[in-house]
Amino acid sequence: MTGRPFTTTPTRRTILKGMAGAGALAAVPRFVQAQSSEPIRIGFQLHRTGIGASYGRWYERTASAALKVLNEGGGINGRPVEIVFEDDGTDPKRGAEVVEKLTTQSNCDLVMGTLFSHVVIGSAPRAGELKVPYLVCSEGHHVASGMLNRWTLQPGITDVKSQVQGMAPFVSSNLGKKVTMIFPDFAFGHDHRDFFTAAMAAQGGEVIQQIAIPPTETSFTRYFPQIPSETEVIYHVMVGPAVLTFVKELGEFYGSGDRPQLFGFIDSLEAVDINSPGLEFLDGSHFWEGHPRYKQADASEHETFYRAAVGVDDNGASVSDPADIATYAHMFSTWETLFVIKHAMEAAGYTGPADRQKIVEAIEAMTDFAEGQAHPQGPKVFNGKTHQAFGLQSITKVEGGKLVRVHQTSMEDGFYPDEVDYTTMSF
Amino acid sequence: MKLDRALLLHLGLLAALLAFHFAAPAYHHTNIARIMVLAIYAMGYNIAFGYTGLLSLGHALFFGAGLYAAGLLAYHAEGTAGTGLIAGLAAGGLVAFALGLFALRTAGVAFMIVTLMFAQAGYLTVLYFGSYTRGDEGIVIPRAGRMLGSLDLSDDNTRYLVAFALFAAALLVNLWLARSPRGRIMVAMRENEERSRMLGYNPFTVKLAALTISGLYSGLSGAAYALMFGYAGASLASVQYSILPLLYVLLGGAGTVIGPFLGALLMFYLIDYASSVTDAHQFVTGAALVLLILFAPKGILGTLRERGLRWLP
Repeated sequence: MTGRPFTTTPTRRTILKGMAGAGALAAVPRFVQAQSSEPIRIGFQLHRTGIGASYGRWYERTASAALKVLNEGGGINGRPVEIVFEDDGTDPKRGAEVVEKLTTQSNCDLVMGTLFSHVVIGSAPRAGELKVPYLVCSEGHHVASGMLNRWTLQPGITDVKSQVQGMAPFVSSNLGKKVTMIFPDFAFGHDHRDFFTAAMAAQGGEVIQQIAIPPTETSFTRYFPQIPSETEVIYHVMVGPAVLTFVKELGEFYGSGDRPQLFGFIDSLEAVDINSPGLEFLDGSHFWEGHPRYKQADASEHETFYRAAVGVDDNGASVSDPADIATYAHMFSTWETLFVIKHAMEAAGYTGPADRQKIVEAIEAMTDFAEGQAHPQGPKVFNGKTHQAFGLQSITKVEGGKLVRVHQTSMEDGFYPDEVDYTTMSF
Repeated sequence: MKLDRALLLHLGLLAALLAFHFAAPAYHHTNIARIMVLAIYAMGYNIAFGYTGLLSLGHALFFGAGLYAAGLLAYHAEGTAGTGLIAGLAAGGLVAFALGLFALRTAGVAFMIVTLMFAQAGYLTVLYFGSYTRGDEGIVIPRAGRMLGSLDLSDDNTRYLVAFALFAAALLVNLWLARSPRGRIMVAMRENEERSRMLGYNPFTVKLAALTISGLYSGLSGAAYALMFGYAGASLASVQYSILPLLYVLLGGAGTVIGPFLGALLMFYLIDYASSVTDAHQFVTGAALVLLILFAPKGILGTLRERGLRWLP
């Protein structure tokens, strides 16, 4: 496509600027004073309703806890910080509208917090057009794949490609070489299918069967005969309310006889009690966890501090309601992202929306985050070119009704070649 | 078209929307652009439902056809916004025509179920071809694919004016259709199909034509949405997007030309406002609709027409 973009900017902007200018003239002295003390406003795109609501509830609690710690520590550049939460209904259309609302109506300095991939992908174009930093907490590969834009970054959580790839060495060495994958037949499941199949092959293992379950399915028994008898490991990533049925029916299928090893992603059971009736079949099985839900024996002081600050007990439930299970494996990302924002704004000498580009450049210049109060999940490596963080992953085993860590990946397990260099793109 | 108060009202609305472009705060400026695009969809729905009496629960199929025709062309074939809009228009119309050939053999509840099932099949097709559509996650439309000649649809001002132009054309064509003999035959089908048949009109062809025009509107809207907001995803082809235009039309007034726009506008801001004050915003929206059905079952403009503004088309 050629041709110079045509815009009608002068007409509309001239009028708006004229109106704004008159007001601004009168307010100059006050603004200069206010600039140094006005709160920094962070827009939080929250899945308060919709399919992501259980995640959203804990994302809000975690971000609020981080905000309290941040402000008690002096805020950002000496300025207090506010978070403006806005519900996106876990919907991509509404997501884009929320980015708009937070930026142009709530006057937020940047936007953060989105989890579900379709909401991120639906919202990121608008963030790019508005030229507002958009820091997602999604674990999707969409950022590092290069499909988004310079304004979208994911510094608080490892992406799914890295997570899945990091699991393959443990699975092939400890659980078995012949894997059958059972996954939902949409993009999330396809990511697991593609990344894990390749990662297992690289480890000398083999995915011998891929069973895609249509998203409308509510019963799974008829799929289980497709599991080859030589299967050593079943890798499952079912999500949503049907996961309880899935596990129950899988248990009924194998009965009390021998079964393959089970390996799953905790995404299936975030906000769900591992001791729920029907999940007994998971005893002895393994899970990926970004951050172990149950407090481990070797928990660091930062982990202990974080858990207490957010209000999570040693079993991964709310301290005020043991039945309210946290989305612990993911929610740390909002905490850590908030502290990345702090460091980026301070490094950039951020004073106001005119400096938004400097925030992106400051984050791109970051290379690693040490484990500490700002990064309780563990140390991370940040790739400024791909806008993606890499961290340590945990593999836990269900033992005695708890998830006990049996392995932690190395940072290198999750590395893969860059697929994009956002720093070469224009703002 | 004779210049009368009905035409003046519609031209007045267009003038107000154009004036809004120059004075609106940024947030509402983009919102109204979005609402105008969605109102085209609702107008299309209204042609089938409000004027012809075809209560479809499958219009997301037509909206999705336009959305993906434009989106996939831009994403996979370096298509531009011009080809995308034409492809979206054609896709919506063709899919509606093809669906109509089957679905119009039924009526009433059966028609609702058949259209719902076809739309669900369309939604699952998007997921099934995930390697092209990226399924539920969706695709970001590349910048080059959002160029309409030299107009950049990712620019706020250009987007508003292009949305306005499409909306204005859709509104005026809708007005012309509503006041034309063809429009009156559509209304006759809605009111009494058997009597219309007795008068010599073929209900099947009239309804097929109405459904096809409805599909053209829906496809154009879907394509415009993808190109203007840079995203095409399966959720935009889900059953929710079959229900939304029905709600817009019911709220604004079925069988009125401006009703779909008014419904889309009010529904957008109702959700926007309610979601900022309560988690239970869906309850608020639902309660508002229940009250509407109880006290103004013909929608806002339908009620106004009943109570005096009989000239309202």
